[in-house]
Amino acid sequence: MQVLEPAPLLSLAGIVKVFRDGTRALDGVSLDVAEGAFVSLLGPSGCGKSTLLRIIAGLAEPSAGTIEGGQGLTGQIGFVFQEPTLMPWATVSENVYLPLRIKGRPRAEVEGRIARTLEGLGLRGFERAYPRQLSGGMRMRVSIARALVTSPRLLLLDEPFAALDEITRFRLNEDLLRLWQEQRWTVIFVTHSVFESVFLASRVVVMTQRPGRISADLPIALPYPREGALRTAPDYMALCRTVSARLGEAMA
Amino acid sequence: MNGALRQVFSNRWFRVLAPAAVGMLFLCGWEGIVRWYEIPPYILPSPVLVGETLWTDGGSLVGSLWITLRVTAVAFASAVILGVLIAVLFSQSRLLETSLFPYAIALQVTPVVSIAPLIIVWTRGDYFLALLICAWIVAFFPVVANTTLGLRSVDRNLAALFRLYGASRWQILRHLQLPTALPFFLAGARISGGLALVGVVVSEFVAETGGAETGLAARILEASYRLEIAREMAALVLLSLSGITIYFVLDGISRLLLSHWHESVLPADD
Repeated sequence: MQVLEPAPLLSLAGIVKVFRDGTRALDGVSLDVAEGAFVSLLGPSGCGKSTLLRIIAGLAEPSAGTIEGGQGLTGQIGFVFQEPTLMPWATVSENVYLPLRIKGRPRAEVEGRIARTLEGLGLRGFERAYPRQLSGGMRMRVSIARALVTSPRLLLLDEPFAALDEITRFRLNEDLLRLWQEQRWTVIFVTHSVFESVFLASRVVVMTQRPGRISADLPIALPYPREGALRTAPDYMALCRTVSARLGEAMA
Repeated sequence: MNGALRQVFSNRWFRVLAPAAVGMLFLCGWEGIVRWYEIPPYILPSPVLVGETLWTDGGSLVGSLWITLRVTAVAFASAVILGVLIAVLFSQSRLLETSLFPYAIALQVTPVVSIAPLIIVWTRGDYFLALLICAWIVAFFPVVANTTLGLRSVDRNLAALFRLYGASRWQILRHLQLPTALPFFLAGARISGGLALVGVVVSEFVAETGGAETGLAARILEASYRLEIAREMAALVLLSLSGITIYFVLDGISRLLLSHWHESVLPADD
């Protein structure tokens, strides 16, 4: 008997991307993402992970293939870039207000929502600070707050913690997981770190080097909530070993 | 350089006193040479004589300075307003920019002295208007060029984010392009303020009105015909003080507007 699964939130079929210079960045990527999933896209640099993310966000057009986004995801996507990408002339709270401002929501009406979002990311007390006054980790928190303030259904993150030191990265990993468990948006998290992908995701999708294809799709059956202690647990280590081996195959 | 010396060099007082000392030395040398060789004042007046002339003729010179500065201010203001408007139009339409930018450059590279006589003819002797147009031609280009560059220098990812949230052209201009362009614009405005003064003075030289209401440059010319070199120099002092003041006022405004966020005005790291 076949179990009826709910329709995926996002469904990619045969996505191909050829750049103007002839580079084949993506070569037939098909991927279904269930609502509420935490998917890590893992692959070496230049495997087209970021390109795929931009296509999902609608910031780039695929050369071929189709994207079906659940019940129309337009306006319900949050995006976090590799760099914090904040407006240097605006304070923390003005930066977080930006998506709502573009949607024409008056500041007074969303003040509470901005405050809650900042609170959730440990940014209370920094509302009036300018980005230059913050550390790299704090800037990234502002960037995530900006993506979350609209309560998106799909959150896309493009190697957001790659430039941070390990201690900061670990703390942000845990905070992101906590928020995900509270709010249950669907996440696609691009990374080139095996350890980070296994720690965070309910599913790790491994991609090959140029042209980008999906070479492995691994469920990560570690129970949530996941906390710092997990990083040294044997079953976590074993999964990292497996994922690492698959990544090695993908790069061969 | 050792630490103590570096501290002396970065001291505020040092930065005021060092140029002041150079100025004093220069003036003393000048005074000494004039006295020693007994140079007549119609060739080179001594600084003391220039100072005295400034004191006695100051009132009438300031009246002329006021006329010059008024034209400068209006020319600068219209260079800023029209310059920003033109830059915004350029940033909204590649077609407009491509077809008009070469003419803006042509206007900029043609020496204003050579166009001034034409403009004086066309304005039919409206002295104020002629000076205004000449000064505007000199002053508007730095604003247009810098602001256009600034409007195009937006962070690509921020622009992508605006698109992701479905921002309109107006929202992108207002919340992304204009703030990005602000430091570029201010750098252009600082140059343009000085140029506006230069433009007015140059066209006053060309205009040579016989009327009563003349600017400082006309007074300089008049003084030099009469070999009143001390008065000419007193006028020059006023003129360069005005230029310096314009620069510092614009620099102050620029610092004020960028104080919170821009690298150029942040204190150095220790």
